[in-house]
Amino acid sequence: MRVIFKKSYEADIRLFKDGVQAFWYLLLLVIAVILPFLINEYWVGEFSLMLIWAIAGMGLMLLVGHTGQASLGHAAFMAVGAYSNVIMQNNFNIPFILSLPLSGILAGLVGACIALPTRKLHGIYMAIATIAIGVLAEDLIVILEPWTGGVGGIFAPSIKLFGLDFDRYNNVSGLYWLILAITVLIVLGYKNILRSPLGRSFAAVRDSEISAQAMGVNIGKTRTLSFAISCAITGISGALMGHFSYVFTNETFNIVISINLLLMIVVGGVGFIHGAFLGAMVVTFLPSGISFTRDAFFSDFHIIPGIESGIFGLILIVVILFEPMGLYGRWLKFKTYFDLFPFYRKDMFRRQKTYLKTERTR
Amino acid sequence: MSFLKLKDVTLQFGGVTAVDNISFEVEEGEVFSLVGPNGAGKSTIFNILSRFYKPNNGEIIFDGKNLLEKQSHEVASLGIARTFQNIELFEQASVLQNLLVARQTHRTSNALSEMLFLPSVKKEEYRHRLKVEKVIDFLDLQAYREKFISGLPYGVRKIVELGRALAIEPKLLLLDEPASGLSVEETQDVAFWIEDIKKVMGITVLMVEHDMNLVTSVSDRVMALADGKKLAMGSPEEVKNHPAVIEAYLGVSEEFEK
Repeated sequence: MRVIFKKSYEADIRLFKDGVQAFWYLLLLVIAVILPFLINEYWVGEFSLMLIWAIAGMGLMLLVGHTGQASLGHAAFMAVGAYSNVIMQNNFNIPFILSLPLSGILAGLVGACIALPTRKLHGIYMAIATIAIGVLAEDLIVILEPWTGGVGGIFAPSIKLFGLDFDRYNNVSGLYWLILAITVLIVLGYKNILRSPLGRSFAAVRDSEISAQAMGVNIGKTRTLSFAISCAITGISGALMGHFSYVFTNETFNIVISINLLLMIVVGGVGFIHGAFLGAMVVTFLPSGISFTRDAFFSDFHIIPGIESGIFGLILIVVILFEPMGLYGRWLKFKTYFDLFPFYRKDMFRRQKTYLKTERTR
Repeated sequence: MSFLKLKDVTLQFGGVTAVDNISFEVEEGEVFSLVGPNGAGKSTIFNILSRFYKPNNGEIIFDGKNLLEKQSHEVASLGIARTFQNIELFEQASVLQNLLVARQTHRTSNALSEMLFLPSVKKEEYRHRLKVEKVIDFLDLQAYREKFISGLPYGVRKIVELGRALAIEPKLLLLDEPASGLSVEETQDVAFWIEDIKKVMGITVLMVEHDMNLVTSVSDRVMALADGKKLAMGSPEEVKNHPAVIEAYLGVSEEFEK
């Protein structure tokens, strides 16, 4: 077990606990960068998709895991990002380097406008309101046909940046690196939020609104801000998804995607940035895993309808029942077991009893 | 000009009058206690001061400012900190993070600079941490600094909550039953801390407490309440021996009734 001897306040503020941890994350980054040289183009594409899902997952994680708000309509904000990004490029000739952040900001603003009237809602009511947003977004895309192409869909141009062409089909590795760079930036921003007063005010709102207020946290403002940042991140992932899938319609961002996003962060581990990535891996690689397994067992082309959703649902149930902390929670337990060997106790991660709370004045 | 002044404050929940025409003044630098049986309206007065409840009438002046014009999240920046009867800590966060949340009113950085974690944000974090460390030293919480609240025993949580209120650097501290559920030794610690808070830190304390030993040992003045009405006010001894207070707590013996 490593014991970190803290000598200054810096030790609690810096990004990595110590050099060893920094080394492992650096190694991970190096592997991620050289990945296109190690695997074929199909898998590079799959990893790009995984990173896009991870960005969307981080967006939702900030809202669900760190501010304690539910959202079952986050695909709507992916749609806002995807459509606004392509419309800006096609109709207004705004280059990708501007349209991507602008589409994120736009999604954030839309999120803030929606958060303002819904910020007094809690729990199940918040979930219902956000489902409604998800359903409305799908219809709005069809209604706004002159802009969005309606059910026929819209084609995303290939990304041009600094004279380079990041085409989805001709430059798979280039697109992967671009997405990787954006992912790293968002992870850094997320980490900065968590270690600053903003992240602590989010956690305060999550754990006890009443005492957050007594500490001087403006609940409405904090919840709106969290929703806006969450939507902005999700919007950026939507914009990237648009470029990645080349053509997209109202069906691309339907309610199933919202539920998939939620499933992703629950399976990955609510409340951890790592959770978004682990969940994204499950969501991305499971379909390929299922089809490879199917091909191995059935020589003829055999389609079992609904098998993917079925297996996703089963995984979700198993995770909620046996590992509420998700895959990352499982990893933490595994790590702690070896760190403390042989002193690990079975109940170490067990949720302690919560004492009575003051809910009357809410 | 008194420090905190409540005048004719009344709060009704439907037909129930929880606080009935209460007036009192707290002077700067004193420990003022509210006592009374359950349902007397003590915690309700605290929730009015925190602006969680809106009184039907009356006025509250704190430090020359009209408190009723402020919203509940603005109360802390006026310099009023509070603890809760049922501990209200941020459970999925460490003790250190809990105390740092209390520095919210002293925050000068904005959301954008925090996302970029500019050097100014870092400098501010150091400053907040220094203040929080002083509170940790004062309350002997060093051993729990990085522990999560969800794993802490009740007594420690109680102290962390006191620490979180102190980290605001308030002028007025509202303590809602600081000793409930604590052992005799822990209650004595609380008594010492309240003394120090008053004398060393110069913070005015308004306290609700059932433990009469604690109230007697630390309070300068006591006000007794029952059914939302004021029964008696004065020194701890005066209030303890006041016939109306004895009646409210113990009832009247048949001999006296005649």
